[in-house]
Amino acid sequence: MTSDLNATFGQLLGRLSWDAIPYHEPILVATFAGAAVVGLAVLLLITRLHAWGSLWRDWITSIDHKKIGIMYMVLGVVMLLRGFADAAMMRAQQAVAFGDAAGFLPPHHYDQIFTAHGVIMIFFVAMPLVTGLMNYIVPLQIGARDVAFPFLNNFSFWMTAGGVVLVMLSLFIGEFARTGWLAYPPLSGLLQSPDVGVDYYLWALQIAGIGTTLSGINLIATIIKMRAPGMTMMKMPVFTWTALCTNVLIVATFPILAGTLALLTMDRYLGTNFFTNDLGGNPMLYVSLIWMWGHPEVYILVLPVFGIFSEVVSTFSSKRLFGYTSMVYATVVITILSYLVWLHHFFTMGSGASVNSFFGITTMIISIPTGAKMFNWLFTMYRGRIRFEVPMLWTVGFMVTFVIGGMTGVLLAVPPADFVLHNSLFLVAHFHNVIIGGVVFGIFAAINYWFPKAFGYRLDAFWGKVSFWFWFVGFWVAFSPVYVLGLMGVTRRLSHFDDPSLQIWFQIAAVGGLLIACGIAAFLVQLAVSWRHRAALRDVTGDPWNGRTLEWSTASPPPEYNFAFTPNVHDGDAWHDMKRRGHQRPTAGFKPIHLPKNTAAGVVIAGLTTLCGFALIWHMWLVAGVAFAATLVAAIVHTFDYGRDFHLPAETVARTEQARTLQLAAAAS
Amino acid sequence: MSEQAENLEAHFSVKGYTIGFLLSVVLTAIPFWLVMDHVLPSPRITALTILAFAAVQIVVHMVCFLHLNAKSEGGWSLLALTFTATLVVIVLAGSTWVMFHLDTNMMPAPSTAQMRAMP
Amino acid sequence: MLNPRPITAAGSAPVFYDTGDHHPPSSTLLGFWLYLMSDCLLFAVLFAAYAVLGHRYAAGPSGADLFALPMVATNTALLLLSSITYGLAMVAMRNWSMGGVLGWLAITGLLGAGFIGLELKEFAHLIHDGAGPQRSAFLSSFFTLVGTHGLHVSFGIVWLVTLMVQVVKRGLVVENRRRLMCLSMFWHFLDVVWIGVFTFVYLMGVLK
Repeated sequence: MTSDLNATFGQLLGRLSWDAIPYHEPILVATFAGAAVVGLAVLLLITRLHAWGSLWRDWITSIDHKKIGIMYMVLGVVMLLRGFADAAMMRAQQAVAFGDAAGFLPPHHYDQIFTAHGVIMIFFVAMPLVTGLMNYIVPLQIGARDVAFPFLNNFSFWMTAGGVVLVMLSLFIGEFARTGWLAYPPLSGLLQSPDVGVDYYLWALQIAGIGTTLSGINLIATIIKMRAPGMTMMKMPVFTWTALCTNVLIVATFPILAGTLALLTMDRYLGTNFFTNDLGGNPMLYVSLIWMWGHPEVYILVLPVFGIFSEVVSTFSSKRLFGYTSMVYATVVITILSYLVWLHHFFTMGSGASVNSFFGITTMIISIPTGAKMFNWLFTMYRGRIRFEVPMLWTVGFMVTFVIGGMTGVLLAVPPADFVLHNSLFLVAHFHNVIIGGVVFGIFAAINYWFPKAFGYRLDAFWGKVSFWFWFVGFWVAFSPVYVLGLMGVTRRLSHFDDPSLQIWFQIAAVGGLLIACGIAAFLVQLAVSWRHRAALRDVTGDPWNGRTLEWSTASPPPEYNFAFTPNVHDGDAWHDMKRRGHQRPTAGFKPIHLPKNTAAGVVIAGLTTLCGFALIWHMWLVAGVAFAATLVAAIVHTFDYGRDFHLPAETVARTEQARTLQLAAAAS
Repeated sequence: MSEQAENLEAHFSVKGYTIGFLLSVVLTAIPFWLVMDHVLPSPRITALTILAFAAVQIVVHMVCFLHLNAKSEGGWSLLALTFTATLVVIVLAGSTWVMFHLDTNMMPAPSTAQMRAMP
Repeated sequence: MLNPRPITAAGSAPVFYDTGDHHPPSSTLLGFWLYLMSDCLLFAVLFAAYAVLGHRYAAGPSGADLFALPMVATNTALLLLSSITYGLAMVAMRNWSMGGVLGWLAITGLLGAGFIGLELKEFAHLIHDGAGPQRSAFLSSFFTLVGTHGLHVSFGIVWLVTLMVQVVKRGLVVENRRRLMCLSMFWHFLDVVWIGVFTFVYLMGVLK
C-alpha cells in the first residue's frame, strides 16, 4: 500500500513517506500525544468561547505593534518550555549515563536534542522575547502611534512563527539536525548528513531570519523618524537607545547568516563546493563566516536587556539613570566592537599566534564598556530610594550572575587558556551564565515590569519572588558543577561517560535543573494566579511603578492609537518631567486619528513561504515551485492594495479618553 | 506633495545623470583597456589600479545616481552607508586574513598558487 | 522634520501635548535604504567567499580560461545604460510626464532583460563545457556571486513591470512616486555591485 501511495504521489511527495514518522521512538510518540491533547484542548477552548473571529480580526491580522509584541512574547514563552524540555532530558541523561549504564537517549537522539536546544533557545526563545519587548515598548517610549511599517511588522512575526512551525514539525515528521546549533560542515554537508535534519535547520532559520531582518529595518526607521517633537537622540530613553543599536546589529549581521546558510544550502541541494572537503571547498570558511554573524548575535540578545535594566534600576531607585551619556557611548562602542572579536570562538582552529592575539585583545577590550554600564547601574542605586519589587530582584540577580559569567568570558579570551577550555563544559557554563544571567533574568524583569502596562493588572509579587529565587539558586546549583567539570577537562555534547568520579557533579547539575523547572512552574503559576486576582491587581493609573518614561503616561493597556495627542518632550525621562512640572492631560479637542488597517497578507505570505520551506526540505519540487510562485503572486497582489489605512473618528477617541478620565478620577479618590 | 518629497525630487536632473553616466563610461573603459591590452607592467599593479578605479566609480554612482549626500534623512543615510562600508571592509579583510592564516597552517596540500610559488 | 522644536508659548508653562495634526514623515525611503545596506552585507559574504575560494580551481578551469571580456564589457554597458534610462524615467516623474516615465521604464526593463539574457547564455555555455558550479570551489563561488546579482536584477525587472502596471492604473500618485524612488535606489545599487563584480571577478580573474 505504501508503494501504491508512492507511485501515485511519488513526484508530489519527494522523499516524504510514512517512514518519516517516528512510530518506534516512545519519547516522541508520547510527546506527540501530549502536544495533540494540549493542542486540541486549546482549539476546543477557542471554539467554546466563540473566539475564532476575534482571534483572526484582533490578533492574527493585527498590525498593532502592541498585539504583535504580545504574540512574540507568547511564542517565546511557549518555546521556552520546549527548549527547557530538551535541557531536562540532557541533564537526566548525563546524570545517569556512566560506564555500563547507557542512559535512555542513544547518541543519535541525544545529538538532535542538544542541537534543537541551542537552536530553539537562541532563535525561537531569546530572539522573539527580545523582539517582542522592543516592538511593544519602543513606539510607546518615543511617543509614536505604531512602528514605521506596521504591515511589515505583522509579516515579520509570522515569518518567525513559520520558522517555529518547521522546527516543531521536525519532531514528528523526519528528524532534526544532529550537528550542534551552528551546524558546522562537513558534518552538516550532504555526505555526512544526507537526511532532512539539517534541511529543517536551514529553512527554519532562513525563513525566521527574513522576519528578523525586516523587523530590524522597521525599528531603526521607527526610532529615527517617529520620535515625538523635542525628543532629540540624547533625550531618548536608554531602552530605546539599546533597541536602536540592537536593530542596527540585526540589519548589519543577519545577512551574513543568511548568506552563509545559503552557501551551505547550495552545497546540499546543488552540489556546489563551498564547504566540502574536496574540489576546493574549505569548511573552515563556514566557521569564520558563521561566527561573524554569531558574535554580534549575542550582543543582539544582551543589549536590549541592558536597556531593560537601565529602566528598571532608574525607576525602582526613584532616581535618574547615572551617566546617561556614557551609557549611550558604551552601547554604541559595544555595537561597533562586536564585529571585531568573532575569532575568539575558534582560537583552536589553527590561525596562529598573530591572529589569535589580535582577537584575544579585542575580546578583552569589549568587556570594558559593559563594565562601565555595571558601575553606572550601581551608582544609580547609590543614595536612591530603592524599592525591591520583583523587577529589581531580577536586576540584582543579573548583576551578580552576569558579572561572574562575564569574567569567565575574559578568562576564555586568553588564547592559551582557551586551548585548554575550548569546547569543554567550562565554555558551556560560561555562555549559559551570561545568557541566563543576562537575557533570561532581563526578560523576567521586563515581564514583571511591563506586564501591567500591556494587560492592565500587575503580576502577583509573591509568585514572582518564588520564581526568581528558584531560578537564581537553581542556575547556580545547575551550572557551578559544569564549571568544575569543564576545568577538569570534560568535553561538551557527550551523552555517555566512562569516569564514575564525574557522576556526582552531573547529579548536582540535575538537581539544579529541577530547581529551574520549579522556577518556570512558579512563573506559570504567577501568570495564572495574577489572572485570577486581576481585579485586585488592577493598574488603574497606567503608572503603577511611578515610572519616568512616556509609556507610563498612557492607560494600561494603552488604546489602539497609544496617544490621543502626541506628547512634546522637553527633557530626558520625559514622563517624570511632565509629572514634575504639572502637566494637564487634555480632556477635549480630540481629532480623528489616522491608523493602518489590519491585513491577512502577512500570515498568508508567511504561510506560503513556510510551505515552500517544508516542500524543499522533503524534495517535493513541484509543491515547492508552486508555493514559491504563489508567495510571489501574493506579495505582488498585496502591493496593489492602496487603501491600507483609515481614520478613527474623533468621537471614538473622545469616548476612550473620557473613560480613562473617569478611571483616573476614581483612582485618585 | 510634501516638502520632504519635493526636496528629494529636486535631485533628478538630466545634467546630473549625464555627468554620472559619462564619468562611469570612462571609469569602466579604462580598466577594461588596461586588462585586455596588458598596458601596465605587472598584474599586481594592474589589479590595484582597477580596484582604485572601481572605488572611484562606486563613489560616482553614489553621488550622481543615488544622490547620496550628508543631508539626506538628517545625515542618517550617510551614517548608515559609512557603517555598512566599514563592516564590508571588516568582512572582506577579516575573512581573507583569517582564512589565509588558517589555510597556511591547516590545509593538507598546497594550493595551486602555492604550488606555482614553490621552487 | 526629524526633530521639530516643542511648542513653548513665550513666558508661560511648557506645552506637553501636540494638539495639532501630528503626521510623522514617511519612512519608506529610509527603510529601503536600510534594506539596501543589509543587501550590501549579503554581497559582502559572497565576495568574501569568492576572495577565499576564488583560486581553488581543483585542477579545473580558471577565470583566465573561461571569461570572455568582450561579453562582460557588453553586459556592463547594458547595465550602465539602464541606469541612465532609469534616471531619465525619474526626471520624467519629476515633470509629471506619465508617458515619459512608462517609456523610459520600458527601455530600462528591456536593457535589464538583455543583461540577464546574456548572463544566462554565458552560464549555459560554461555548464555545457563542464565548468558548472559543481566543478570546483572557484566555480561555485563565481556562479553564486554573479548568479545572486542576476537574481536581484531579475526581481528588479518583475518589480519594474509591476510598477508600470500600477502607474498605468493609478497614475503618478504619492505611493507610486515613493515606489519608483525605491526601485531607483535598488537599480542603481545593483549597478554598484556590478562594478565590484566586473572588477573583482572578471577583470582580476583574467589577470592572474
